[in-house]
Amino acid sequence: MTEELRIGVFICHCGINIGGVVDVPAVVEYASTLENVVYAERNLYTCSSEGLEAIKSAIHEHELNRVVVASCTPRTHEPLFRATCKEAGLNPYLFEFVNIRDQCSWVHMHEPEFATEKAKDLVRMGVAKAARLEPLEELTSDVIPSAVVIGAGISGMTAALSIAKNGFYVHLIEKGSEMGGLLRRLYKLYPTEELAKEFLEQRIKAVEEHERVELHLSSSIKDVEGYVGKFKVILDENGVEKSIDVGDIIVATGAKELEPEGLYEYDGEKVITQLQLEEKLRREDLNRNGIENVVMIQCAGARGEVVKYCSKICCMNAIKNAKLIKEANPDINVFIAHNELQAYGEEYELYYRDAKKAGVRFLRFPLEKRPKVRKSDGKLVVDVFHERLLMDIPLEADLVVLSTPLVQNPDAEKLSKMLKVPLGQDRFFFEAHVKLRPVDFATDGIFLCGTAQGPKDIEESISQGYAAASRATIPLAKGYVSSEAIISSVDEAICVGCGICESVCPYGAVEVVETEEGRRAKVTGVKCKGCGTCGSSCIKRAIKMQHYTDDQLIAQERTAFVTEREVVS
Amino acid sequence: MKEEEVKIVGFLCNWCCYAGADLAGVSRFQYPPNMRIIRVMCSGRVDPVIILDTFLWGADGVFIGGCHPGDCHYLQGNYYAEKKIDMAKRLLKKAGVEPGRLRLEWVSASEGERFAGVMKEFTEEIKELGPIKFEKDEMEAACIAAADYSLRILATKEKELLEEGNKYGEVFTRHEMDRLLDDMVREEYEAKRILLKLKRPMSVKEIASELNLKPNVVFRHILDLKRYELIEAHEIRDNTPTYIAKVEEGVE
Repeated sequence: MTEELRIGVFICHCGINIGGVVDVPAVVEYASTLENVVYAERNLYTCSSEGLEAIKSAIHEHELNRVVVASCTPRTHEPLFRATCKEAGLNPYLFEFVNIRDQCSWVHMHEPEFATEKAKDLVRMGVAKAARLEPLEELTSDVIPSAVVIGAGISGMTAALSIAKNGFYVHLIEKGSEMGGLLRRLYKLYPTEELAKEFLEQRIKAVEEHERVELHLSSSIKDVEGYVGKFKVILDENGVEKSIDVGDIIVATGAKELEPEGLYEYDGEKVITQLQLEEKLRREDLNRNGIENVVMIQCAGARGEVVKYCSKICCMNAIKNAKLIKEANPDINVFIAHNELQAYGEEYELYYRDAKKAGVRFLRFPLEKRPKVRKSDGKLVVDVFHERLLMDIPLEADLVVLSTPLVQNPDAEKLSKMLKVPLGQDRFFFEAHVKLRPVDFATDGIFLCGTAQGPKDIEESISQGYAAASRATIPLAKGYVSSEAIISSVDEAICVGCGICESVCPYGAVEVVETEEGRRAKVTGVKCKGCGTCGSSCIKRAIKMQHYTDDQLIAQERTAFVTEREVVS
Repeated sequence: MKEEEVKIVGFLCNWCCYAGADLAGVSRFQYPPNMRIIRVMCSGRVDPVIILDTFLWGADGVFIGGCHPGDCHYLQGNYYAEKKIDMAKRLLKKAGVEPGRLRLEWVSASEGERFAGVMKEFTEEIKELGPIKFEKDEMEAACIAAADYSLRILATKEKELLEEGNKYGEVFTRHEMDRLLDDMVREEYEAKRILLKLKRPMSVKEIASELNLKPNVVFRHILDLKRYELIEAHEIRDNTPTYIAKVEEGVE
């Protein structure tokens, strides 16, 4: 840039917070001696309306083209000062923040001289960076006002319906030939004990009837490209390839029950899973077979046996099925062999007590001595180790029911690669932040709900479906997305197209593309979040991380203990 | 600043360590005033070249603060940071500087007290080491080596090679990786030392004796440097060819 640098420095007293320790007038005096600084002043509170006015009038009066404020922390006040610069007609990215409160006056309270020296150094570094700042623009990009929901289980249907009701078009994609997911295989739901079938039918009807939901059954995702606002999803619908353009994507692919092959004498007939039991209950064929004893084994395959995690829903599900058996046939003995038992919340706790009252018997085993199933005289016997008696209790069983955990679908791996979103250690889809962004992926415009994220019951799946839908509706309703101004950029003249940047970018924001000059990296501005890992990885140092460029960081680091004049000489 | 005070520069990631430093402030946890903080968005942004340049310009210690593993705001930036800092440490060692002068620490936004504690500890460590001492040529060679592609590839790909393996699915053991890193760092560092020596024309023997390297090793580097057009033959002096660097390769 050929324009003459005119830097203005504003040092804040922050009442006594800074001024009580740091010699602010001395810092102002020092700042005014620095290279390119044409104006320096101090304010009682730079963030007050007088302080902000002072910045604005100084920008005009002294024709400032860079502003440095030394005060508190950019983490709270940077947006305010940037906005002030903008109001005065200065590009907001020509502003630099120096923290002399949290890093100076508050942490060196008993060493005012050192604190003052440090404040001077920090201001000098800030001025050196400011001299190298470049104006940046925030990009905006239009959003196609429709969404794709992958998976038509209960959470996917809920999400699709919710988006449609908000006025946007939804493509609901289901790999199976009908909607409903796991819910389709259940008999009754806890704690209300309504029939899953009836519950599901209302939902299916609502989805089918909604004019803004387009259903794609027997469809699989072939490819996904694009970014928030402009995704292109390629489908294989019954062998026909289709391309759908949407603004954002919800992953609701669900989970499946672990098949307990080789565990507890599992055979699918006498030793079955809870889902197989639900099937039997639905057909009401338990009493027809003269079954007298049912033993359920909790945590079968979970918590260290096959998978490490607790599947969360199996306790309540087993209690429900046990209670239903007992209530329908009081003569059948039903045992639940468990380690811990989760019946959380008041409602579930009451339900558990009802099950006990109905005659379901609970037996606790230690996790390191899980029950064993054996055959004796053609009959099944389950040995449950009793913690107090320190011996096996043999339970005769006509039917053994294994409460197995939910596990990720095998095709999730492929989908995660297509969408460039991560799977966690347990192979379930991994959200951006467990507490702060529970239904977002780190990648903008892709959201998550239901058991694809981990085991959860119907109620939680529905809540998450609503949550994901409301998150997904935000860009659709706004109609545009604005990206960070602080993004990386590639110098094509230096880039050799090696692709190392592409491999480190967690957002798929850098890609190697064919150009007339050969293979070159290209940054998609709206996808970039500005971490700069591509820049520090680039083998030719061809990537510039805006606002944190090599030049700027080096200028800061070199002026940490010497002046800019000494650096230049 | 008094003579005996050591100078430290810190690069802190915006989301965790910088926030932790803010919390130390808000909570008034006192710590020594030796470090000057530079804010970056992610510890993964911190380039080994910049770290070494910071030492070159007189810092006695450099501190990098990132998010705890698994907490990175950008998912994996801190893992890459770890490998890059490891590379910078290896190069520091080559340049005759104690690797302990460079420290990477994970500090979360809620660990204000810990940040102050780490500051006290690190300042003490650096004070014990005293002011930094190095040969300018050696540190410059380390800087240029960090800027060159081979070590940059290795620092970035290390994670992948250890976890997923190379193109042929061969996963490196820690031991193999260390050996590869040692070899590559030594090779690159030697080559850059030679390159810097060749600001004036020199023969293989002269370089070998000045850098205390074997002549055949120097000759191999000379051939490589020539192939990459970084140096050229200068003149024949007493039946011995001399070489000179083509372009002044400065440290940015």
